[in-house]
Amino acid sequence: MQDFEYVAPTTLAEAIRLMNGNGLRTKALAGGTDVLVQMRGRRFAIDRLVDVKNIPELNELSCTESDGLTVGAAVPCCNIYEDVIIQRLYPGLVDAASLIGGIQIQSRATIGGNLCNSAPSGDTIPALMVQDATCEIAGPNGRRTVPVVLFCTGPGQNVLQRGEILVALRLAAPKANYGSHFLRFIPRNEMDIAVVNVGASVLLDHAKRRIVSAKIALGSVAPTPVLARKAMDFLAGKEATEATIEEAAEAAKSAARPIDDMRGTIKHRVHLVGVLTKRALQGAILRARGEE
Amino acid sequence: MGERVHVRTNINGDAADFLCEPRQSLLEALRDILGLTGTKEGCNDGNCGACTVIMDGRILDSCCVLAVEAEGKTITTIEGIAPLDGLHPIQQAFLEEAALQCGICTPGFIVAAKALLDREPDADEARIRHWLAGNLCRCTGYDKIVRAVLKAGEMMKQGPAIGQRAGVLGGKAGGTEAGKSVEDVYMA
Ligand SMILES: Cc1cc2nc3c(=O)[nH]c(=O)nc-3n(C[C@H](O)[C@H](O)[C@H](O)COP(=O)(O)OP(=O)(O)OC[C@H]3O[C@@H](n4cnc5c(N)ncnc54)[C@H](O)[C@@H]3O)c2cc1C
Ligand code: FES
Ligand code: FES
Repeated sequence: MQDFEYVAPTTLAEAIRLMNGNGLRTKALAGGTDVLVQMRGRRFAIDRLVDVKNIPELNELSCTESDGLTVGAAVPCCNIYEDVIIQRLYPGLVDAASLIGGIQIQSRATIGGNLCNSAPSGDTIPALMVQDATCEIAGPNGRRTVPVVLFCTGPGQNVLQRGEILVALRLAAPKANYGSHFLRFIPRNEMDIAVVNVGASVLLDHAKRRIVSAKIALGSVAPTPVLARKAMDFLAGKEATEATIEEAAEAAKSAARPIDDMRGTIKHRVHLVGVLTKRALQGAILRARGEE
Repeated sequence: MGERVHVRTNINGDAADFLCEPRQSLLEALRDILGLTGTKEGCNDGNCGACTVIMDGRILDSCCVLAVEAEGKTITTIEGIAPLDGLHPIQQAFLEEAALQCGICTPGFIVAAKALLDREPDADEARIRHWLAGNLCRCTGYDKIVRAVLKAGEMMKQGPAIGQRAGVLGGKAGGTEAGKSVEDVYMA
């Protein structure tokens, strides 16, 4: 690996200053499972690596029924999916966090790093999008909040400006009769990059029969993860029946603009969008009804 | 060459300080600086698990951690698994079940399996397969490895005294009870 300077600031202000770095090429280091592998593969050159794991705000993990969920950007996936309250309130996020890599990777990999790496296949991104997660960002010009839906701008590209650091992700407290689910297709059981991944969430009415609103996000089928808006609009106000779900899954296919590559063909990916959307919606509905 | 950094850790129960470059991985520091060559390099990119160590109670791929990130951490490597006298039940079970061929993957599997059985001695086959998904083996076809881990779980339940002593995270490998060999306790 190339030479670089390693710094591990203990305050956010210091971290921002070090990231801003007077013309130096800097990068943040969270779990390192993307950035270290990329550096070894000479994907880019840097002068300074800023370890963000010693900053208290980035290690916050709090979850309550009333206030919702705050996940600091340096919290590893294992701490998220082992938390019993998060398991109960945000199962769709737990689905995604628990299938990044294997156990060794999950000890290090963060959701913040997954988002900031901004891969079209990033598994936690669709799961965050369907739960209206927002990014808390701090930088040389102060703080700002950006919805996850608007965070990624292209493969490996996002809205972060020079010196900016992702501090935390926030998810609102879940409403009653709300459920979320996340699914991914890979050729193996574990340890692979998604051919397609799909997050879904639904809010049902009091009788738990009609869909008040639904969200569907698709990964690995466009330059960034995308919302399947046509399918979402179609579902609003409909009875949660098999026929409705089938039709929504069909509509979701139109949001996919995939490429052919070694992981799958365009045709295969579009087909998978239909299959996974259907199953993710079914899973989200079951959870909203408290049946799973 | 980058400026060297002083890193203080505890490895297998002993304080271990070393000087390294920021660009060196924990795997490189273990093998090339500290001479702990039991931890293996397979892929060097997080996929194979041959470099698995336990750091502050969690298994990770030491090729995907910088040595400088180990500052203040407690680490267990394969060298810290066996008691001074004899083998850890997982090692014993790997031998009995012939769970290795070339052996390059074995330290990683044993360290990963130890972290699982210390937490969940009753882990069933499905759980073991899931836990070990980040460890690759080109030789055995996995079945023998899974059988060995299941057997080790049974052995550890039968011999809690030694199991616990050898099972202390990062703890120094203890001896056996006076007058008893590890085999006496486990193989009885
Ligand atoms: C073997 C293996 C298997 C994997 N499997 C999967 C998988 O199944 N699904 C999947 O989606 N990914 C997978 N990955 C990729 C990777 O593990 C994930 O993307 C992970 O979530 C990245 O998190 P990290 O904390 O390790 O990020 P890092 O590598 O530390 O950082 C990733 C990027 O984000 C930037 N960054 C990190 N934190 C911040 C911050 N707070 N502010 C600003 N920028 C920041 C870094 O500079 C870097 O560009 C795998 C990787 C490996 C090696
Ligand atoms: S050498 Fe570290 S995972 Fe393969
Ligand atoms: S025994 Fe050869 S790789 Fe596992």
